[in-house]
Amino acid sequence: MLKFIVPFGLFLLLAVFLMVGLFRDPSYVPSPLIGKPAPEFSLPSLQDAAYPVSSRELLGQPWVLNVWGTWCGGCRQEHDTLIAIARAKTVPIVGLNWKDDNALAQKWLLELGNPYAVVAEDREGRVAIDWGVYGAPETFLIGPDGVVLFKHIAPMTMEVWNKEFLPRIEAARAASGSKS
Amino acid sequence: MIASLLRIFLLAILLASGGNALAIDAQDAFDDPVLQERYENINRELRCLVCQNQTIADSNATLAQDLRREVRDMIAAGQTDEQIRVFMIERYGDFVLYRPRMTAGNFLLWAAPVLLLVIGALVLVRVVRRRARETDSESDGPEAGQS
Repeated sequence: MLKFIVPFGLFLLLAVFLMVGLFRDPSYVPSPLIGKPAPEFSLPSLQDAAYPVSSRELLGQPWVLNVWGTWCGGCRQEHDTLIAIARAKTVPIVGLNWKDDNALAQKWLLELGNPYAVVAEDREGRVAIDWGVYGAPETFLIGPDGVVLFKHIAPMTMEVWNKEFLPRIEAARAASGSKS
Repeated sequence: MIASLLRIFLLAILLASGGNALAIDAQDAFDDPVLQERYENINRELRCLVCQNQTIADSNATLAQDLRREVRDMIAAGQTDEQIRVFMIERYGDFVLYRPRMTAGNFLLWAAPVLLLVIGALVLVRVVRRRARETDSESDGPEAGQS
């Protein structure tokens, strides 16, 4: 009897592992930044190069960093969703314009609407490397204490926002409220 | 005959020089050959995350170009290979390394070959012993089992 159960059990175990592997996206790379302090940056604003956008000014509140570029198809796809999210005014969305052309990026925001509280221009792509960005669009959630809480790779959808971002924002607000 | 020999000869030269022809940048990053070699070696160990089965030495994706620039700047700034590797791991995780490190999370994977070998050996020993006992008792009656 044991002779039959043991191999069958091993087979089932292997089948479960392979089954799980079947539904995982191999191109998804989990971020080592989750739970760590967000990399600091200070970049010129897209609309006015004289005005710097600094990550330090955002401390004390949960905020979202959205990495985009006019060359990125998925960014066009998620744009209307970002506008809808921004309209709810839950958290400020900070744009990181990644390796883009300034004029094209400004035109994009004028024509399609601007969901961003502020947009930082990362022409060289160095800040993107600090954040471990490898494929736009990517969206980070940062807590009031400046710790990265979540990262979504792929176009933002309302479903992802409601399921992954909103509960974490509420939890972060509750945690920082109880501390003060 | 001579023409075909010549063709083979030319092909051989092309193949032999292939290693250099594969370098993606038009110019060397460093004049110093030692630094250039370090630069190329590090690039060959780092994964381009956009095109995941290529190293940043092989890929011409913009991210790979940016990461090569980062490696070049860090070497120029006097950083060690290990510092550059740590820089990349902190940002992109262990996946960025083509030669993975042993960590608590993947220890089982590293140990699996030895572990499976030991389990296999134990099963083998058990089966062989049992078979020996069975054949002994079947063929030769009670005394033979005492050997």
